Amino acid sequence: MATFLIPILILCPLAASLITFVSAGRMDARGIGMVACAGVGISAVISIILSVMLLSGPVTGVLQVTLWPWMHMPGFSADIAFMLDRVSMLMILVVTVVGLLIHIYAASYMYHDPGIARFFACMTLFVAAMLVLVLASDLLCLFIGWEGVGLCSYLLIGFWYDDPANTVAARKAFYMTRMGDVALLCGLLLLVTATGGSLRIGTVLAAVANGQLAPSGINMAALFILVAALAKSAQIPFQTWLPDAMAGPTPTSALIHAATMVTAGVYLIARLHDLFAMAVPVMALTAVLGALTLLMGACTALVQSDLKRILAWSTISQLGYMFLALGCGVWQAALFHLMTHAFFKALLFLTAGAIIMRAHHEQDIFRLGGLRHTMPGLTAAFVAGASSLAGLPLVTAGFYSKEMILSGVWSAHFNLTHGWTLSGPPLWGMALLGAFLTALYIFRCVFIVFCGKAGTGAAGRTSRLMSIPLGCLCILSLCGGVIEMPDTLLPLHLFSGLLDPTAVLSHTHQPAWLVMAGAGAPLAGLGVAWVLWGRSSPVMREIPGQAPVICPVRTGRGMDALYHYAFVQPFCLLAWLTRLDILNHAVTGTGLLIQTASARIFRARADFLGRLAIQATRMIRWAGHLLGLLHNGRVRWYAAWIAGGLCAGLAMAVLS
Amino acid sequence: MNPLPALVLLPLMGGVLAWVAGRMRAPINPSTSWWVVLATLSVETLILGMVTFAHRAHAGPWLEHFSMPWIPAMGIAVRLDMDGLSLSLIWLSLILCFLCVFLATRQVTAHAGAFHFLFLATLAGIIGTFLATDLFVFFFFWELMLVPMFVLIAAWGHEDRQRAAMKFFMFTQGSGLLMLLSILGLVMAHDRLTGVLTFDIFTLAQTPLSPALSMLLMLGFFTAFAVKLPVVPVHVWLPDAHTQAPTAASVLLAGILLKTGGYGMIRFNVMLFPDAASRFAPIAMGLGVAGILYGAWLSCAQDDVKRLIAYSSISHMGFVLLGIFSGSAMGMQGAIMQMLAHGLGTAALFVIAGAIQDRLHTRDMNRIGGLWAAMPRLSGMGLFFAVASLGMPGLGNFTGEFLVLLATWHVSPATATLAAIGLVPAAIYALRMVNRIFLAAPRAGLPSLEDFPVRHMAVLGCIMTFLIVLGLYPQPFRTFSVPSPLSVTASQEDHTP
Repeated sequence: MATFLIPILILCPLAASLITFVSAGRMDARGIGMVACAGVGISAVISIILSVMLLSGPVTGVLQVTLWPWMHMPGFSADIAFMLDRVSMLMILVVTVVGLLIHIYAASYMYHDPGIARFFACMTLFVAAMLVLVLASDLLCLFIGWEGVGLCSYLLIGFWYDDPANTVAARKAFYMTRMGDVALLCGLLLLVTATGGSLRIGTVLAAVANGQLAPSGINMAALFILVAALAKSAQIPFQTWLPDAMAGPTPTSALIHAATMVTAGVYLIARLHDLFAMAVPVMALTAVLGALTLLMGACTALVQSDLKRILAWSTISQLGYMFLALGCGVWQAALFHLMTHAFFKALLFLTAGAIIMRAHHEQDIFRLGGLRHTMPGLTAAFVAGASSLAGLPLVTAGFYSKEMILSGVWSAHFNLTHGWTLSGPPLWGMALLGAFLTALYIFRCVFIVFCGKAGTGAAGRTSRLMSIPLGCLCILSLCGGVIEMPDTLLPLHLFSGLLDPTAVLSHTHQPAWLVMAGAGAPLAGLGVAWVLWGRSSPVMREIPGQAPVICPVRTGRGMDALYHYAFVQPFCLLAWLTRLDILNHAVTGTGLLIQTASARIFRARADFLGRLAIQATRMIRWAGHLLGLLHNGRVRWYAAWIAGGLCAGLAMAVLS
Repeated sequence: MNPLPALVLLPLMGGVLAWVAGRMRAPINPSTSWWVVLATLSVETLILGMVTFAHRAHAGPWLEHFSMPWIPAMGIAVRLDMDGLSLSLIWLSLILCFLCVFLATRQVTAHAGAFHFLFLATLAGIIGTFLATDLFVFFFFWELMLVPMFVLIAAWGHEDRQRAAMKFFMFTQGSGLLMLLSILGLVMAHDRLTGVLTFDIFTLAQTPLSPALSMLLMLGFFTAFAVKLPVVPVHVWLPDAHTQAPTAASVLLAGILLKTGGYGMIRFNVMLFPDAASRFAPIAMGLGVAGILYGAWLSCAQDDVKRLIAYSSISHMGFVLLGIFSGSAMGMQGAIMQMLAHGLGTAALFVIAGAIQDRLHTRDMNRIGGLWAAMPRLSGMGLFFAVASLGMPGLGNFTGEFLVLLATWHVSPATATLAAIGLVPAAIYALRMVNRIFLAAPRAGLPSLEDFPVRHMAVLGCIMTFLIVLGLYPQPFRTFSVPSPLSVTASQEDHTP
């Protein structure tokens, strides 16, 4: 099969990135947009061709291509190698197709920005890095993409660097994910040591299956990788960077911080699900953290007033669903939700971007209002995305993927050590509550923004280039889910059959009321939201925001403040205190001390010698004077001296 | 004719010529000495290219050999040998010298002839250090590269140059004396045991020494190299020297002079005293981790661009120390890769910092800001090299760091984890620099600035390409730069034909 297409798939966006970067200031905005869309578009076409080829082949067919050896030495080998199996096929389709739609949208959205070349260079570079991440067959090669997407995310969050707040948000995102990257690096080191020198995903999983790793080693490796995934996907305790990341341009938020990059953690765990299946405590931890995150994200989204921040917290919450599914072992459901989430969240972000652009950059939902009269098209698109996010039964994609997760969670069971067990139903309950809250917060947003009396006036109209992607995403987020259905409705399992044809999940033992409950929760949320915010005289225009509990949550600054005072401030303080290098001071101080001491000694010595010399000269002069007295030139005196001396000499000779 | 003495002597002669050209009354062209330097470096590159490519078929690990008696009564000979390690480090030196010559030294107008002479004299000393295999000659070159560098800093440096130069000289000279003692001790021990007075390391490597004595002698060497590398408690000279030195000298210092420390550790610690080195390894690795964390930590708190880069060098050199003493070939190769990548990346950063200082007359990051709008090319380059310095996979530094960490993990997972944690502050200092200087709101009152011209971009682009190749396809460099063991002497191969 044509494996040469895989490198070309990655090279196209990369080339587009280089061209746009080099041509900054020489090409006009239209040209740059076209180059970027062409780069991503070609790779979208290639990925569709590759998918068709892969699906027409045998069910376990995998396309492998090894480009060149990266590091080969005794005890370790890594290659720049790519692999296309069905999981990566799904991912490249999501990345390139959703990416293409977002690029088309952005070509119009960013048309008047002076930095459009830098924007598209980073966006296409991001697509290339993301493709490396999902196609790599070597974990070290995956790490290139893993860090590469982080870098692009940093560059794009801080895209409008004139405002220091944006660059602070960008750095925060990079630092927090970097901690995860270090954990991933440690996990890789552990795995490569255990497998005897290879990080090929196949080799690693085979080594795990053969029992080459001790159980503690598996647990440690899984824990390291989990930390990396949590940081990348903004789960508890790393969730604080994602809301701030909304400082970037809206297409960036749609592509990187909703559809693709933040799902890299989900992809990584799904890719290594055999490893995680052996590490039961880590799986339980994943599930619990996912459940907590989804509830926390939904609750926080409920009290936000910034349109983009609502969507950001909703992303965190939906990623929590995916982690819950991964933790319960239903990784197919996680990937399914990943796909539908990419559709509807991209749609929501792009629509929000179009709304904000037309409403004079107003992001506060309480100042927007009544937009359904002025922007009917955007209203329809947003409502489609919102109902898919809420998972309104039957008609939306989100319903099917969420249903798959819920049914998987219900039957999960963890045998922890020492008789401790954790079973699915409590987690299922949390997930169901989350589904209710999801519908509540997103329809709160819908009713406040689109119903009621008009707020900020709207201007202009959405360009056709922006409406086409919105339309496509609408269709995808409404109908993209019918390929997989709960058994209660229709035994249709195209998606899980696609991913893993050998083991189709069985849902047969599930009671029917589970599906009913899963369908009822979003409807209940919709109803409550209608009562509270949607009726012609709403019960509440605004949650009493002045309540002290709400305030820290509203701004999302509670955890931020905690981290700020617990980690950032001490670090800054210590760094500031030691900025002059204590060791340098010590050495310089010693030097000064020695200098002073030697100067003292020198002076003392000089004084001593000087005084000695002066005394000596004085004495010599005195002695000379005395001796001079003897030579007075009188013969009598000389004779007397001679006689005296003779007497003395004789006396000594006689007496001795 | 043997190319090795030519490699050492050519820069020296070129330097004298450059000086003469600079002192000529009413020179034809004010930059005559610059052209002389360029010509010298080109010829040098030609010779080195010949050495590299003429000996592909050569089976032995030592590529070239030269020997000439100097003081026969004391067993001192001018003995030069070249293996893959020295060859790759000399290539690095030449590439960085070209970088300096194209981007930095032409701006020097005060006593340009003398400046270029000292520049080339330092290069001669460095190349000699990389080639010498006679301990006396090695020490000679080791001292030779210090003096011109001292003068370069003291005469052409920035505001606080005298103190920095003196500090640099005291530290390196003082530790050099310890090395001299060790050299003499080793020679005496060998003389007492075998009755042969020689400074030849191939012979000295065979000396049976008592564990205590070999540890003592190794520590003498280690101190000298540790000051040069630098290792944390004795790194104190480095930030000052790097900050105060003129751009070209900073590039030489960070790019190559530090590498002589790593080179010396590989050849004269690990290879000359393998047992003592392996006993000393835990302490050395601890010092390496301390260097990684301490350097990165302090780098996060600096406001002076050049000082920030200098501290990041300390952090990177910690990986080199860790790799050299990890006791495996993998760690050694990681350390060598790290030296090459750090040499290229940090040198480019110093060139960029120097260019900023030339234009804005300040190194304080609180006063520089938002250069992207005014100088997109320079800023793009700065961004790339800052990202390389934080260890982005796919660029040279990551290859070195990963191999070192892997080798360390085999020895002690906890140490490797600590060293890996050093990558977090690496991101902090690199991005802090990016967001202060390049991607920041433009500061009011910036003078109109001239961006890098295309030829500067071409030179930096070459460095960039080298880093990417080192990061993505390090295999040829890795096999190429393997140090030869001392048990195989070059002379045996040469005497047979």
